[in-house]
Amino acid sequence: MSILSVKQVSKTYQSGSRKLTVLDEVNFDIQAGDTIAIVGPSGSGKTTLLGLCAGLDSASTGSVSLNGQSMENLSEDQRADIRSKFVGFIFQNFQLLPTLTALENVMVPLELKKRKDAKQKALELLTKVGLGNRATHYPTQLSGGEQQRVSIARAFANEPKILFADEPTGNLDTETGEMIEKLIFDLNKEQGTTLVLVTHDLELAKKTNRIIHIKGGKIQEDTYA
Amino acid sequence: MHNLSWILKMAFRDFRKNVAKLLLFVSSIVIGIAALVGISSFGDNLSQDINNQAKELMGADLELKNNQPLGEQPTDSIATRIAEEINFASMVVFPATDDSRLTQVRALAGEYPFYGKLETLPESAESSFRSGGRKALVEKLLLAQFNAQVGDSIKIGELTFLIEGELQKVPGQTGITASVAPAVYIPMEYVEATGLIQYGSRLNYLRYYELPSDQDPELLKTKYEAQWDEARIDADTLADRKRSTGRSFQNLSNFLSLVAFIALLLGCVGVASAVNVFVKEKLASVAVLRCLGVSSWSAMLIYLTQILMMGLLGSLLGAGLGTLLQFALPAVFKDFLPVAVTVQVSWTSVGFGVLTGLFVSVLFALLPLLKIRKVSPMATLRPEAGETKISRDPLRWAVIVTILLFIFGFSFYLLKDWKVALGFTGFVVFAFATLWTVALGIMWMIRRFLPLSLQYPIRQSLANLYRPNNQTVSLIATIGLGTAMISTLFFVQNQLLDEARFAGKEDQPNMLLFDIQSHQVDAVAGRIKDRNLPIMQQVPIVTMALESINGLTKKANEDLPEEERRSRGLYNREFRVSYRDTLIASERLVKGNLRKVENQGDSVFVSFDQGYAERTGINLGDEIIFNVQGRPIKTFVGSFRDIKFNQVSTNFLVLFPENVLNNAPKFHVLITKTANDRQAADVQSEIVREFPNISVINLGMIVETLEEILGKISFVIQFMAFFSIITGILVLISSLIISKYQRMKESILLRTLGASSGVVSKINTLEYFFLGSLASLSGIMLSFLATGLLSKFVFELPFRAAFKEAFFVYLAITLLTVILGWLNGRKIVKVAPMEILRE
Ligand SMILES: Nc1ncnc2c1ncn2[C@@H]1O[C@H](COP(=O)(O)OP(=O)(O)OP(=O)(O)O)[C@@H](O)[C@H]1O
Ligand SMILES: [Mg+2]
Repeated sequence: MSILSVKQVSKTYQSGSRKLTVLDEVNFDIQAGDTIAIVGPSGSGKTTLLGLCAGLDSASTGSVSLNGQSMENLSEDQRADIRSKFVGFIFQNFQLLPTLTALENVMVPLELKKRKDAKQKALELLTKVGLGNRATHYPTQLSGGEQQRVSIARAFANEPKILFADEPTGNLDTETGEMIEKLIFDLNKEQGTTLVLVTHDLELAKKTNRIIHIKGGKIQEDTYA
Repeated sequence: MHNLSWILKMAFRDFRKNVAKLLLFVSSIVIGIAALVGISSFGDNLSQDINNQAKELMGADLELKNNQPLGEQPTDSIATRIAEEINFASMVVFPATDDSRLTQVRALAGEYPFYGKLETLPESAESSFRSGGRKALVEKLLLAQFNAQVGDSIKIGELTFLIEGELQKVPGQTGITASVAPAVYIPMEYVEATGLIQYGSRLNYLRYYELPSDQDPELLKTKYEAQWDEARIDADTLADRKRSTGRSFQNLSNFLSLVAFIALLLGCVGVASAVNVFVKEKLASVAVLRCLGVSSWSAMLIYLTQILMMGLLGSLLGAGLGTLLQFALPAVFKDFLPVAVTVQVSWTSVGFGVLTGLFVSVLFALLPLLKIRKVSPMATLRPEAGETKISRDPLRWAVIVTILLFIFGFSFYLLKDWKVALGFTGFVVFAFATLWTVALGIMWMIRRFLPLSLQYPIRQSLANLYRPNNQTVSLIATIGLGTAMISTLFFVQNQLLDEARFAGKEDQPNMLLFDIQSHQVDAVAGRIKDRNLPIMQQVPIVTMALESINGLTKKANEDLPEEERRSRGLYNREFRVSYRDTLIASERLVKGNLRKVENQGDSVFVSFDQGYAERTGINLGDEIIFNVQGRPIKTFVGSFRDIKFNQVSTNFLVLFPENVLNNAPKFHVLITKTANDRQAADVQSEIVREFPNISVINLGMIVETLEEILGKISFVIQFMAFFSIITGILVLISSLIISKYQRMKESILLRTLGASSGVVSKINTLEYFFLGSLASLSGIMLSFLATGLLSKFVFELPFRAAFKEAFFVYLAITLLTVILGWLNGRKIVKVAPMEILRE
């Protein structure tokens, strides 16, 4: 079954009188359980595409459907509801809520789903990413790698059907990056999540089973491992 | 929307880290709420005290008053006790020093006051004064002014009295009335002998009644109302007195509440501006929450809840402070109060203050908070996507409209007059809009025209004014408005005093002699001329009453339905009229013309003051019959004059032509100019010694009294304006603290680039200097405008810009800003670069 389907999606920005086409009629389908990497040069439209797929933004034309639900006619709040049910995120710059402790950050998606065992589950996840003893620390008290591990725990907390990651290792050194990659792939395998990641790093891309090359807003190449 | 308990939980989590910051935000409303609660509690207690002490305030159950002897009255036989008083303005002389001054003499017979008592020093004087003999009780202010003491003597008219006691408190009198017309009590039996009961004296005959408890003064008043009205007798009951005193103090406390409200509004602008910065800091977190699936309203509620909590805290703090504040208020207002005020917590005021505080903090915080709804989750991936423009957001406009409605509603509640409330709202909007525009304009000019040739520190400090998240505009608005309020008060006060002093210069007259009897005129004029002083005006005055207007008599007027009736005051007034065929310098003809009476039988055309005619609905051509000492004189309204009342001059609401009143009984006023205060004092004492019935006012004394009264009023107003200044300072401090982090980063960057800490300090100081200058100058400009408008339309004076005072205000405000900025910046310069990386 296709969990994410992108049909004829274009995105244009109006800057002054000029029209800038960032994505140009992009098409692809992703099956549940797949791991996909989107690669391409800087400015090619990767982040834009990811935002559209995840329902963070709406396409200028074309349609995106997530888990069989097409997104273009939904309001922002309806899309938010879908995100809280099916979608997880990992960001390049971690994006932890600075006023919440590590544990509370992980609890947020669980609480949004009104899970009674939010705290226990969050603590389990933190332990899984190796930060069980840092639960009460605030993001500023954690290193970059630790912050990213918290954000991975948060991303997997609501057992998303699909996980989006934009340059998850972009801000980390190689060694920490590798540890983060391993965590993502392990948890992914364990939960059977679909994974869409954007990266510059071809080594990382090769660990997925499908690579979409994008350039100038168009898909150049779509290869399966 | 997510369930409320989760929102509260998130709000609380976020709150932990923001407490200090948020507290700072709402601190700006604390002072406004405190002032509001303080004034309102004070007003509550005052009105209760007036109710409780009304009997002492009035001293009797019923009071009758007329400008001629009251004669026998139907109430005389009902009363358990009766007291009589005749009061009038007259000069008194302290023979020991020859000093003299205009006072209010009250001749008293009977045991008035029946409730409360005349407070005297020594205490026994209040009863020994009544035991017979030529004794007087003299207002303490008067004794202090001339260094006189109990045991000295005082001359009133032809008689000399022994000062038996010093009056501490007279029923119903306040510090202000005491300084305008200090009271001197003498026994009634001597009043004839003073020789002051004569034609032209403005005498008030009062009769006080104590009634048995089964007699309701209100009922008595209704019963005899028609009869008393007919005789022009003014009847006052306890309930009347409560009402009128209560009303005037309600007005006072409402006016003060309005001043407090302005301080609150200033604070609200501070709240909005600080919350704006807060929201900008939170945009990234909001984007993340949106990514995680939180709805836009839920996200906003998380932050709104925090504002609500802090608003509540700030309001409670303000209400507590306000309750404490009212302990100070009786001391501040002591010169205005007729009763002793008790101090106690007024829970209605506290509740009112807390609700108001909560409401305004949320309302003003909503302006920036609404932005949160529009944050795109895309901002997590691309930060610049977080910038939101919500000028088109209809909800935001709804909030703005609500704010305007609130200002209008609140001022309407206080002023009870929708036009005035609308005017006030308009003024507030106008003031803010002006300052806002000035601030924006200045910022734009700096950005646009900042010359590269300027010295680096100056350029950098100017550039700092529009750093990201700057609060320059709101600071200019709040500090500017605070400055404008203070300096307007300051300027108006100065202008009034200046005007009075100015009148002493040039060829303006500065001494007024009145109550001169016809047989004394030549002698008095002779004394003046002997001293080589000019007689600048010699004016005859005839008193008369209005008998009918266009045939409508007082009685017929009473029978008309309410809406067709003419003002009662018109018929009850004792007109003091002069006659001449020319205008004097202080008047200007605005309608019609002066017509002479040349032959017997010519119609008599009189001239009215335009303002008075407008107020009482008198038109050109109206036929008015005046009653001059029992003789009716038929006249027509021939012209209107515009009169300036700001000169030492005699001005008349009604002016007759020559040849009509020449034989009527009259008295005279003489106006002259003395060279200096010394000479004025000499003339005054000579005249008063020889003609004790003549009253003398000299400009020096007017200025002195004016200064004293303005001093008292302005103390109160300055006390109130003080709240606005404090609020402005709090807003400034809070914005300094909010921008601290930004400033630290900048200063580190500068130092990394090789700037010495001296240069960094210089840049900071210059920035505050510019900020303070811009804010205070905008405020001063606004206050020039306000003073100009007030001068023109309220005081009808030429406007003179008070540059010296303005410069002083400018220096003070700018210095204050620089000092506060410097205190805040001291540490910034010393911070180690590493601390920024750690943040
Ligand atoms: N709001 C916008 N308005 C105008 N142009 C935009 C906007 N957002 C993105 N773009 C443009 O769209 C193009 C694609 O941006 P995008 O962020 O998707 O690139 P990317 O592939 O993620 O690049 P990188 O690898 O550097 O992150 C860029 O040229 C960018 O300038
Ligand atoms: Mg990108």
